[in-house]
Amino acid sequence: MAPLPQNPGGHSAVLQQALPPDWPLGNPWLHFITFTIIAIAFGMLMIIAFIYVERRGVARFQIRLGPNRAGPEGLFQAFADLIKLLLKEDIVPARADKLVHLMAPIIATVPALAIFAVVPIFGNGALFADLNVGLLYVVGISSIGVVGVFMAGWGSSNKYALISAMRGVAQMVSYEIPLVLAALGVVLFAGSLSLNTIVDQQGIPYLLLQPLAAVIYFLAMSAETNRSPFDLLEAESEIIAGYHTEYSGMKFALFYVAEYGHAVAASALFSTFFLGGWKGPFLPPVLWLMIKMLVVFFVGFWVRATLPRLRVDQLMGFAWKGLLPLAVINLVITAIEVLFWPTQSMWPLVPVNIVIAVILVLLWSRIFTLGGGKIEVKQGRVEVKGAKTVEVKV
Amino acid sequence: MEVRTEPFVLNLGPHHPSTHGVFRMRVTFDGEVVTDVEPMFGYLHRGIEKLAEGRTYTQIIPLTDRLDYLAAMSNNWGYVMAVEKLAGVPVPERAEYLRVICGELMRIASHALATGFLINELGAFFTPLMYMYREREKILDLFDMLCGQRLTYNYMRIGGVSHDAPPEFFPAVKQFVREMPSYIDEYEGLITTNEIVLSRTKGVGVLPRNLAINASASGPFLRASGVQWDLRRKDPYSIYDRFKFDIPTGQNGDVYDRYWVRINEMRQSVRILEQALADIPKGDHRSRVPHLLRPPVGEVYGHIEAPRGELGYYLVSDNSIAPYRFHVRPATMINLTTLRELAVGWKLADLIVIFGSIDVVLGEIDR
Amino acid sequence: MTVALSGKVVAEELSKAMPGAVVSSDEKCLLVDGASVREVGEWLKTSQYVFDYLANLTSVDYVDFFEVIYNLVSLRHNHSLTLKTRCYERENPSVPSMTPVWRGAELQEREVYDLMGISFEGHPNLKRILLWEGFAGHPLRRDYL
Repeated sequence: MAPLPQNPGGHSAVLQQALPPDWPLGNPWLHFITFTIIAIAFGMLMIIAFIYVERRGVARFQIRLGPNRAGPEGLFQAFADLIKLLLKEDIVPARADKLVHLMAPIIATVPALAIFAVVPIFGNGALFADLNVGLLYVVGISSIGVVGVFMAGWGSSNKYALISAMRGVAQMVSYEIPLVLAALGVVLFAGSLSLNTIVDQQGIPYLLLQPLAAVIYFLAMSAETNRSPFDLLEAESEIIAGYHTEYSGMKFALFYVAEYGHAVAASALFSTFFLGGWKGPFLPPVLWLMIKMLVVFFVGFWVRATLPRLRVDQLMGFAWKGLLPLAVINLVITAIEVLFWPTQSMWPLVPVNIVIAVILVLLWSRIFTLGGGKIEVKQGRVEVKGAKTVEVKV
Repeated sequence: MEVRTEPFVLNLGPHHPSTHGVFRMRVTFDGEVVTDVEPMFGYLHRGIEKLAEGRTYTQIIPLTDRLDYLAAMSNNWGYVMAVEKLAGVPVPERAEYLRVICGELMRIASHALATGFLINELGAFFTPLMYMYREREKILDLFDMLCGQRLTYNYMRIGGVSHDAPPEFFPAVKQFVREMPSYIDEYEGLITTNEIVLSRTKGVGVLPRNLAINASASGPFLRASGVQWDLRRKDPYSIYDRFKFDIPTGQNGDVYDRYWVRINEMRQSVRILEQALADIPKGDHRSRVPHLLRPPVGEVYGHIEAPRGELGYYLVSDNSIAPYRFHVRPATMINLTTLRELAVGWKLADLIVIFGSIDVVLGEIDR
Repeated sequence: MTVALSGKVVAEELSKAMPGAVVSSDEKCLLVDGASVREVGEWLKTSQYVFDYLANLTSVDYVDFFEVIYNLVSLRHNHSLTLKTRCYERENPSVPSMTPVWRGAELQEREVYDLMGISFEGHPNLKRILLWEGFAGHPLRRDYL
């Protein structure tokens, strides 16, 4: 076996590469510590903001007032909830797999915050690490969250949690594919996997240049973050609280943070990919990003407050039969456009792509069926047509 | 190659967000597909039938409130009607009208809640439920005005009702009746043609017509299967023969039809309310009945069309002040007979929706 | 209006088809022999009366005997009949189950079994329904205090 190729510059070269050129303090580690704190602080702040906006916003949809007692207009409700959860008894089910049960919330939470490492928050280059494989990093990290979900479902020794975990794995794996394929359209236009470059290249927001990819990305992102109508993991009316049924106290709080953390990260990524990230006139870049994230999130909970949930087979059908072919077609069309369209005049491409998107969506809504339905059950077992029974030796 | 899997048994309930109280289903799953369901109940059993044997006929009325607590007026009504039939007590005209008004308001409130919960079980995040709570709240306010109670009314009396309506009651009901159709339109606009609602409910949990009749299904559950059977029309009790209304019936007997029947019954209830409010006469609200009523020896089966189905009371009198036997026909318990047939072969999510479409109230099932 | 059929009229027809099944009859009800109640049920369902709907099933403890009451309705002809049967044994009272004829009897018979202690022969799943397994006695009996 040949030896692995060594990185010529060694460890520090990698660090230097990720460091923005105008960093004043020189030491890369100082940069990382500073931006870790800033990224986590930004993430937590946005999580609290999202919780507040969603609780008050959904309340408005539902002709209620929402929490308005703790602090002015209920601003401190999230903190009150957090204190309550911190002080609660920590219960571990007697037959739980203790280690897995304890680790699951951490594994579910960390990736949500780790995504902010590559999201340009404060303007051009002002981020933790300008990875040239930023998109790959995002996809990889955000998939780790599902491991936490699965660990929670498995480790809790609860049947509802187990069902939820199984649904979670199937859902995440399925929706990852259209998600990435939709993002690839953006990558083709920007010519880079780095999130910083993607924002930098967006003279026209990619929402206009890639409308179909934006729709697919938004739907797949909703499924990835378990938002309605794809919230099968936490389908309250079916499986109680899903994978975190058996969690209480701080561990539950971590799952709560993870849920909203994923929503925050997904909104940030959507804003970065399609809405021009931190770009915008007059206001400071970070405010623009926050506004865009809130707009994306608003659409998310608008849907949540409006639509019922899909069934599990319909959910899978939607991913494989609905989103995946559309994403592939979109990718092909985008590739052709990037190859042959002159890069100087992108604006005429906007109406063309919008028309293509509308036609494709309408066409697909005609030929796409959700499928599913009643399944024949004989003698207490699901009947599978054409299946042969094979003895599995254990 | 088929991988051998274990079917697994899940105790859905008694503590579960969508079992409408303390209902338990022992469900066997193969993957997510339901292969067996067994309903189990009795967690709310208070022995009301036994308790009633030790109380006078009037004292039983508050007990009936606690049966179907989401339609307490209807329970009152069914019981006092059975006693009136048994003892031959006349009911003044005005009281009959007040009873019809209460019964139909109760039906709207109950159906609104049933529909709201059904959509909630489909996974809509409480929004439809909150919209329907809004109208139920108004009806509860009306009942509050009428008898000072919001959930357990104890309003009907043998031979009439406990109080005549206060003067402000009728304008308030009239206003409610004026507004209600637009609210029903609002529900329909939000739900009836929603793509996800359609794909989740059409063809799900089909109860064939013959099975529905054979299994003694009743109420909207029966009518959704295409049986035009409404006691208000087929066996008109009280003064229902005076009103014009239609009986909405479904065609396929699926979850969607049950939803559709309930929504349309709300519209018909509004129609009945309009007519009742226009015709209500002046007069006594209660006939003279001895405090300790001793009905003659005999037995009677009185039934009304309660929101959830045929609510029957079987009373046996031995000419004493308390009934010798007091039996309630629980409509929703009997509707649960076919739960297994409806749910087997569907997924967990469908099981919840099918169960929700039956619209059970555990107070009535367990008694 | 649902017409309550006279028990006497039905009893006449019934005794032509099944002699010996009718015990007594009056204007309000039809009392039949306990052993043949299921056959009577099937006859009522399939004869010209078409009692396709079992509205209510209950039981009364008259101390000397138990009475099981079936309130039958015909959705086709819109008429009704009260069918009764008696069971004179106190220790192990038993009546044939109506569940094979009307599915609607299933849970109601379980309830009667649970609270009154009358067992129904031929019931597919006869066990306690409201009370828990192992509960001593049957609360709706008059001698249960």
